Amino acid sequence: MELLSYLLATDLRMAAPILIAALGLLFMEKSGVVNIGCEGMMLFGTFFGVFFARLSGSPWIGLLFAGMTGMVIGLFFAFIVVTLRANQIVTGIALNIIAQGATSTLNRLIFGVSSQAANAPGFEVVPIPLLSKIPVIGDSLFNQMGPIYLALLLVPLIRWFMMKTTMGLKIRAVGEHPHSADTAGINVRSVRYGSILAGSFLVGAAGGFLSLGILSLFSENMVSGRGYIALAVIIFGKWNSWGVLAAALVFGLGDAVQIKMQTAGSSIPYQFLMMLPYILTILALSGFVGKAESPAASGKPFRNDEL
Amino acid sequence: MNRRLNTILVQCVSITVAFALGAVVIKMIGISPLFAYGALLNGSFGSINAIGETLVKMTPLILTGLSYAFAARAGLINIGAEGQLYVGGILATLVGSNFAGLPMIIHVPFAVAAAFAGGAVWGGLVGLLKVKFGANEIITTVMLNYIAIYLVSFLVTGPMKAPPGTMPESRPIVDSAQLVRILPGTRLHIGIFIALLALLFYYFFIFKMRQGYEMRVVGNNMESARAAGMRPQRTMVLAMLLAGGMGGLAGGVEILGIQGRLLQSFSPGYGFDGIAVALVGVNNPVGIVLGALLFGFLRAGGNRMQLIAQVPVSVIYVVQGLVITFVIIGQNLHVFQKVGVNRPFRRKTGDGPAPEVL
Amino acid sequence: MDTYETVLEMRGITKVFPGVVANDAINFDLRKGEVHALLGENGAGKSTLMGILSGVYQPTEGSIVLEGAPVRFDSARDAIHNGIGMVYQHFMLVPKLTVAENIMLGIKRPKEPLLQIDKASEQIVAFARTYGMDLDPEQKVASLTVGQQQRVEIVKALFRGAKILVLDEPTAVLTPKEIQELFSMIKMLTDQNFSVIFISHKIDEVIEISNRISVLRRGKLEATINNEGVSKEELAGLMVGRDVSFCVEKTPCCPGDSVLALEGVGLKDREGRPLLKDVNFEVHEGEIFGVAGVDGNGQDELLEVITGLRSASEGSVCIVGQEVLGKSPRQILEMGLAHIPADRQARGLVLSMDIKENFIINDYYRSPHSKRDIISWPFVRKHTKENIERFDVRTSSIDTPVSTLSGGNQQKLILARELHGKPVLLAAMHATRGLDVGAIEYVHQRILEQRAAGTAVLYISTELEELMSFSDRIAVMFRGEIMGIVRPEEVTIDQIGLMMAGSIT
Repeated sequence: MELLSYLLATDLRMAAPILIAALGLLFMEKSGVVNIGCEGMMLFGTFFGVFFARLSGSPWIGLLFAGMTGMVIGLFFAFIVVTLRANQIVTGIALNIIAQGATSTLNRLIFGVSSQAANAPGFEVVPIPLLSKIPVIGDSLFNQMGPIYLALLLVPLIRWFMMKTTMGLKIRAVGEHPHSADTAGINVRSVRYGSILAGSFLVGAAGGFLSLGILSLFSENMVSGRGYIALAVIIFGKWNSWGVLAAALVFGLGDAVQIKMQTAGSSIPYQFLMMLPYILTILALSGFVGKAESPAASGKPFRNDEL
Repeated sequence: MNRRLNTILVQCVSITVAFALGAVVIKMIGISPLFAYGALLNGSFGSINAIGETLVKMTPLILTGLSYAFAARAGLINIGAEGQLYVGGILATLVGSNFAGLPMIIHVPFAVAAAFAGGAVWGGLVGLLKVKFGANEIITTVMLNYIAIYLVSFLVTGPMKAPPGTMPESRPIVDSAQLVRILPGTRLHIGIFIALLALLFYYFFIFKMRQGYEMRVVGNNMESARAAGMRPQRTMVLAMLLAGGMGGLAGGVEILGIQGRLLQSFSPGYGFDGIAVALVGVNNPVGIVLGALLFGFLRAGGNRMQLIAQVPVSVIYVVQGLVITFVIIGQNLHVFQKVGVNRPFRRKTGDGPAPEVL
Repeated sequence: MDTYETVLEMRGITKVFPGVVANDAINFDLRKGEVHALLGENGAGKSTLMGILSGVYQPTEGSIVLEGAPVRFDSARDAIHNGIGMVYQHFMLVPKLTVAENIMLGIKRPKEPLLQIDKASEQIVAFARTYGMDLDPEQKVASLTVGQQQRVEIVKALFRGAKILVLDEPTAVLTPKEIQELFSMIKMLTDQNFSVIFISHKIDEVIEISNRISVLRRGKLEATINNEGVSKEELAGLMVGRDVSFCVEKTPCCPGDSVLALEGVGLKDREGRPLLKDVNFEVHEGEIFGVAGVDGNGQDELLEVITGLRSASEGSVCIVGQEVLGKSPRQILEMGLAHIPADRQARGLVLSMDIKENFIINDYYRSPHSKRDIISWPFVRKHTKENIERFDVRTSSIDTPVSTLSGGNQQKLILARELHGKPVLLAAMHATRGLDVGAIEYVHQRILEQRAAGTAVLYISTELEELMSFSDRIAVMFRGEIMGIVRPEEVTIDQIGLMMAGSIT
C-alpha cells in the first residue's frame, strides 16, 4: 500500500511537467499548429525559471517568468509559421537547436564556467488539509506542490474552454477547417497567434516547473526528451485534455518506477531503467495510436489567397 | 535555374546575417567580435592543423547530413542521426577491437560495414514502426537517440569495459582496423573519403537509380506513387535503412578514425548538427558539403575562439541556431511577395496548386 | 414583374491578375425577389466576380452599389455584414463540429465568452422552421448528406442576415430529387423577397430556375437576357462563342470481346457498411461504357477496385480473362490498364516534379526507361518529348515542374502518359472536370480514337449530357449498386435521373 502511494505520488510529480507542456501543445494543436520545438521551449523555460527564481527569491516568480519566456519564444515561432507560413516542423527543429546553444551559453555566462548545476529556491510541498489524510490517494493527490494542483485544475478548465466558449469554438474550427472559419469571418491568423501564445506560456512554465519543482536546479540538457514525450502524450491522449492527463500519468509512471528501483538498489543496471520512459513512448506510439485523429488542418500553413 | 540562384543568394544572406547577430552577442559579452572571429578563422583555416581539424569535423557532418537528407527525400523526418551514430559506433568497436589477426584491407571495410549495419538497423526500426503502426518518426527517432546513448553508457561501464576497468571505455581499436591518417601533423583520416564516397552514392542513388526516383515520388506525393504502382511502405523503410546507415557510418568513422575506442558521449552533437547541415544545404549534395564545411569550420574554430578570445564555445551553437533560423526565414520570404497580390482561385489538392485555364 | 427594385449593382467591374484579365468591365445587377443566373464555362470569370462580391477580392476597377448606396467589401466579414450570403460549391463547413456550432461560428453571443450552445440550438431550430427546413442542431456535419449540408449552409447565411444569397454551382453534388428540393427552397425564398444569384454552367437548370440570365465568356459579359422562351442552343452559343452541337461525332459501335468483367463485386468499409454491392457488368473492345451517378455513390471505390488500389470483399474482377483481385496495382498496369484518375493533382501527378519525371511514373522501372535499376535519362527525355508533341501538351520545356502547366495541359500530359502505349483498357473518371471547352474536345477526341482502335473504355462521370452523347452504354450507380445499364438512345435524362436517385427501371 505504501509502495502504491509512493508510486502514485512520484508519478504525478514526474508527470506534471509533461502534463503542463502537453496541455500547452494541445492549445496550439487544436488550432492547427504543430510545435516540434516544444523541447527547446521547455529548455528556455527551465533556464529562465531558475534565473528569475534566484533573482527574486521566489519559485512562483520564477515559474511566472518561465511562462513569459515561453510566450516570447512563442511570438517568434508564431511569426515564422503563421505570418511567414514556414514549415512548422523544420522551424520547430531549428528552435530546439537554438535553445540548446542559447541556454548553454547563458548558463556559462551567468552561472559560471562548467556545466555544473545552478540551484534555485524550489517549490515546497503544500498539503491540503484533511484531504491529504485520505489513505493512498491522499498522499499522492493532495500532498503535492502548488503548481501541480494548478495543473490538475487546468485539465477540466481547458476542456470547458474548448467546448463551451466562443473562443474555444473558433480555435477548433481553425484547426479543423481554416477556410470555413475564414469565410465565417474569423481571423485565422489571430486565432493561431493567440493559441500559440497561450500554449507557449504553458510549455515554458512546464520547463520552469521541471527545474524549480522536480530538480531545483538548472543543468544543460535537463529536459532530456520530455518535450518530445509531451508530443507523444497528445497523440496518445487523443487531443483532449482528459486523455492527455491519463497519458501523462502513464509516462510519469515510467519515471516513477525507474526512480524507485534505483533507490531500492535494484540489480538492473540503471541505464536500462533510465530507458524506460523512452521505450514506453515508442510502445505507445506503436500499439495504441491509429483511431484518434489530429485536427484536420494540423501542420498546414493557412493561405487565404487560395480556395 | 533562376530559382536555384535565388536559393543560393538567400542562403548566403542568411548566413551573413546570422554571423552579424553572433557578433552582437559576442560584443555583449564584452569581447571584440573581430578578435573573436579572427580566432575562429585561425582555428579553422589558419594552419595545416587547423584545416585538418575542419575537415575532421566535416567528415561526420557530411554523413549525418546525408542521414537526414535520405529520409527527407522519402518525406520522413529523421531526428535520429545521433542515436544511429552511437549504434554505428558500438558495432564499429565490436568489430574493430576484435579480430586482431585480419589484414587491414579486410578489417577496415568490415568495421565500416558493421557501423553502417548498426545504424541501418536503428533507422530501419523506425521505418518499420512507421509503416506498420503509423508511429510518428519524429518522436520515435528522438526516443531511440536516448536509448542508444544509455546503451553505450551501459556497455562501456559493463560488458565492453576494457580491463583493468578503471575508465568507462572499451578496449581500443586494433591497429588493423584504424582509419589511416593522411595529413601529417593533423588528425585527418581516410574517413573523409568514406564521407565523400557516401555523398557520391547519395547523388547517384537519388537522381540516377530507380529506387531513388521512387523515393522522390513517394516523398512528394504518396497517393500518386501508389496509383502508379509503387510501394510507398517499402520505399520508406528503405529510406530509413539508408538514413540510419549513414548515421552509423558517422559513428564508425569517429570511433575508427579519431576516438580509437568506444566511450560515453563521444559525439558532441554531430547528429543534430547534421540536421542543420541538411536543412541549410536543402538536401542537395553540393549544399550538404557546403553546409558541412560551414558547421565544421564553426566547430573547429570554436575551440580556438574559446581559448584565445575567451568566448564560450556555446556561442557557436547560438550562431548555428541563428544560421538555421535565418535560412528558414529566407526560404519563406517569397511569401511576402504574394501576400496582398491576389491570385485567381486555385484548387488545393495533392502537393500543390496549379492555375486553371482562365 | 412589371415593377422591380434593384438591390445590387456591380458596375464596370474589372479584375486583373498578373497576366490575366479575369473580369472585363462587367455590369451585373440584381432585382429584389429574383433569381438571376450567372452562366458560363469553367474559367469564364464567374468565381472571380463572386469573389469580388463576397469580399475576397478587390476590383481593379468598378464599383458595387448595394440598396442604392456604394459599398466596398474588404473582407468576407464585410460582405456578410452587408447581407451577402455565399454558399460555395465546396462547402465551408467544419465537418467535425455540429450543425449548431457551424452556424454559430463567428457570431457574437450575448454572454460572450460563453457559447451557450443549447440556447443557440433552440434558436436555430426555430429559425430554420420559419423557412420550412428541419435541422438537427446536434448532428455532426460530417454525418449529414450532401443535400442536408447544403441546407445548413443556406441557413447559416440566412441566420447572419443575408438578404442576397449567392449559390455557387449548387447542383453539382445533388441527385435530381435533391435538385428539385433545392429549387423549391429557392422559390420559397424569393417569394419572401430574398434575392438569389445562381451560378452554374448547366444550361438546363439555369433555364428552369432563373428569371434572368447573364452569360459570361472569357471574362466579359456576353449578354443579360430575360428567361422567356430562350433556347439551349442560344445560351450555349453565347457561352462558347460559336455554334455548338451537343452531339459528339462518333461511328457506330461494334464491340468485340469482353475486356473488363465484374461479377458480384462487393466492398465493405471498416465498419462493415457496404460501399459496393453486387456489381456486375462487362466492357468490350471498342466500346465506351459510361458510369453515371452522383459523386459519392461508389464510383471512387469501383475505380479503386479495378485499378487494384483496393481489394474487393467479394466477387471477381477480370481483365482479359485474368483475375485482378489479389494483384498489385503494378501488375494490373502491366496487364494493359490505362488510368485517368478523378483528381489529377492528388493522384495522377506529382506537381513538384517535372514533366519528364511525371511521364515515366508508370513504367520507369522497365526497359527502355531503365536498365538494371538505373534510369537512362537521355532516353526518357527523347521519349517524353515525342509524346508531349503527339498529345499537344503546351510547354516550353520538359524540365519544368508540372505545377506550372494549366489544367488542360496537365490532363493532356496524363493522356500522353496513359495512352501512348496502346492500352487494352482505359479507366477514366471525371476526365474533363475543370477543363475549358477546347481541352474537353481534345480529351473526347483522343478517347474516341482509342475506342476506334479497339480499346475498352470505362468512363465515369457526373456530367449526364457528356455521358449521353459519348457512351455506347451507360450504367447508373446509386449507393454502390448498379441500378441499370441502358443505351443512351433508348432513355431520357429523366429516367436516368430516377435511377441515380435510387429507383430501378
